[in-house]
Amino acid sequence: MNVTLQTDIKSTIRTFLQKRIGQDVSFNDGDDIFQLGLVNSLFALELVVFLENTFDIAVENSDLNLNNFSTVDNLEGFIRNKKGI
Amino acid sequence: MNLELTTAQQALKEEFITFVRTELEPYANDYDKQGAIPRSLIEKLGAAGYLGATIPTAYGGRGMDQVSYGLLNEEIGRACSSTRSLITVHSSLTAETILRWGSQEQKEQWLPLLASGQQLAAFGLSEPGAGSDTNGITTAYEEKDGQYVLTGVKKWITFSQIANLFLIAAQGDKGITTFLVPRDTPGLRVVPLEGILGTRASLLGEIHLEQCAVPAANILGRMGWGLQQIVNTALDNGRYSVACGSLGIARACLESSIQYSKQRHQSGRPIKEHQLIKQKITNMVTEVKAATLLCRNAGWLRDKKDPDSFIQTTLAKYHASRMANAVAAEAVQLHGALGCHDSFSIQRYFRDAKVMEIIEGSTEIQQILIADHSIASLSSIL
Repeated sequence: MNVTLQTDIKSTIRTFLQKRIGQDVSFNDGDDIFQLGLVNSLFALELVVFLENTFDIAVENSDLNLNNFSTVDNLEGFIRNKKGI
Repeated sequence: MNLELTTAQQALKEEFITFVRTELEPYANDYDKQGAIPRSLIEKLGAAGYLGATIPTAYGGRGMDQVSYGLLNEEIGRACSSTRSLITVHSSLTAETILRWGSQEQKEQWLPLLASGQQLAAFGLSEPGAGSDTNGITTAYEEKDGQYVLTGVKKWITFSQIANLFLIAAQGDKGITTFLVPRDTPGLRVVPLEGILGTRASLLGEIHLEQCAVPAANILGRMGWGLQQIVNTALDNGRYSVACGSLGIARACLESSIQYSKQRHQSGRPIKEHQLIKQKITNMVTEVKAATLLCRNAGWLRDKKDPDSFIQTTLAKYHASRMANAVAAEAVQLHGALGCHDSFSIQRYFRDAKVMEIIEGSTEIQQILIADHSIASLSSIL
């Protein structure tokens, strides 16, 4: 799946996170999912693979910064930055 | 989901079966008794491309897909878990992890050497005081004059007795980081470990790092991301290898049990005619088939680069390793005294199966991961 519409980025990220964290768990787009303990040790790799496949990007060593991945808002910013949109 | 093998995968499977039948199966019990696989076998594995099975051809590997690689682990594991252990630590844990996260320079430096088998790699995570609790590692790194100095002990390291390259996880001021440490680094020595229950020919050792200095260019991945990035990638790769290897053990036990049930007579008829033996064989077949589907599914998802591949690989490893134990125990029972003697392979399968539940994340660690995923989203697992 490739997301091309810019407006889809946030909702696509949110859908993935909600699936991983649980449909019955509430969190806001600005909430730090790592700090809240909402994800387990496999999550970082799952997230990387999801981002690469969904948004057609390559996550490099230099991209590995918790600030890029900690909130829905930050993830959206990261994707926009990587794709230059 | 299509779990049917392609023509190319089927052809590879036949190739693996032929290699195993001629080069490995007749000698596996001897290797177990000797406590080592010979260098000549490693050279043959390298020549066949089995030590770089999934490494791209550009780096000298065979460029196999993950399903094919699973078949390789299954067939090698069916004959000799110690040899499968070499493929796990060398290819899955180390080479594939360098391929995924290594710098271009690291990939060019190491992958051709590893893919050909000219150099062997081992994975240094476990310590005397840190197994499942990877956060508890105490091997330390310290930055000194632009280099990183490593000090500590790694224990239970498969094939460390002969490995040329070690992937070492260490703790420091920037968090857990992983380093590529060549064997000839001053201050590195390996103490052989003997007396292991299973995979006895896998040349285990203890790595002692005493002020081992490596350049910053030897950091694999990002500083401080050693666990989330490198160790988790390596263990995910390793779990797939171990899952398929466990399946191989169980298949060997099942095949031997069926063969033996035709030959062995009890109360005037072959034991295959006894209802309790039919029950055992039925249970074994069902378990092996279920594990086969889980392993193929994991391979298929890995080839698709699906985010669900991680948990499905965990599920495959969890089930296949436990199943291998159950099937091996039944096989010992069915073979009776013969199953308990080292003239026959069954006792080796039984010992090797237990190791599968401990390496690359114990059964209990897998239970935590699978339960967490299931509680969050059962549909993503089922």
